[in-house]
Amino acid sequence: MVGTLLIRGMLIGIVAGILSFAFLKTVGEPAVDRAIAFETQMDEAKDKAKADEAMAKGMSMPKEDPEPELVSRPVQAGIGLFTGVTVYNTAFGGLFALAFALTYRRMGDFGPRTTAALLAISGIVAVYIAPNLKYPANPPSVGDPDTISMRTGLYFAMIAISLAAMIAAWMLRNRLVARYGDWNAALIAGAAYLVVVVIVALALPTVNEVPEGFPAVVLWQFRTASMGAQIIMWATIGLAFGAWTERAETSRSGLRLKAAGF
Amino acid sequence: MTSATFAPTAEPIAIPIREALPWVVFAGLILMLAIYFVGAEEGATSLIKGMYVHEFVHDGRHLLGFPCH
Repeated sequence: MVGTLLIRGMLIGIVAGILSFAFLKTVGEPAVDRAIAFETQMDEAKDKAKADEAMAKGMSMPKEDPEPELVSRPVQAGIGLFTGVTVYNTAFGGLFALAFALTYRRMGDFGPRTTAALLAISGIVAVYIAPNLKYPANPPSVGDPDTISMRTGLYFAMIAISLAAMIAAWMLRNRLVARYGDWNAALIAGAAYLVVVVIVALALPTVNEVPEGFPAVVLWQFRTASMGAQIIMWATIGLAFGAWTERAETSRSGLRLKAAGF
Repeated sequence: MTSATFAPTAEPIAIPIREALPWVVFAGLILMLAIYFVGAEEGATSLIKGMYVHEFVHDGRHLLGFPCH
């Protein structure tokens, strides 16, 4: 049973990956290219300033070799992007299926489609939206290489806390349903999640490594592209997984009825 | 009088935790390892020498929201 769900989730994840790739290729890559162009411009300006300084001192500029390119830009923006996005989406499809296996018929009296949709909404809020409001996605040339460990640690800590708060909020909702009803229990639990995440976000250190003069429009384009890819992934997984599972379940109960002589 | 109709209640039930747990642990670990390779390998931490994985998935890593160099 869980194995079937897992394979189903990963297959849908592959589809979500292909859709995300198409979206990011058309909407995300232009922003990445512009960010890299900005980075190159900055590097050239720095080199020129250094050369002028050396010239003024009457020294010849030691010619620095450009960094060897390990992977070319077309590969990064093509098969590299495709691989990264598809692996990520497939893995999330699988994790989604595991979460579904654990939570189905435990989140409340919901069918497969509602369960999957609620899981997807909770998932994108807990794993992407809340952590990214604190630590937003950054294009190339934004970010100091020396702080990568700290930034990665903070980002994953934010995801872990937000996810734990979301799970706790669902448990709270289930405890309150009998007393306060569906709507109010959900509102109270949602408010509890929000309070925890806002406090944690305020307590964690802020990271601002956007270089001086970086075009705001490029940053906005990049971040909306990143958000769009997440919406595509969670919507595809949430909707397709629910529909597929509901179909499988009704045809299975249909078979059971036939076997019982109906 | 209407005849009694059978309402076959094939009410689906939750998957027992004991059945799900091994899947969740093992598949969950492998899937998270896959996300780690896309998201953080050769960035904050490194299991493989060099920068090839990082450079190869570079654009995806940025656009998926992970901190990258």
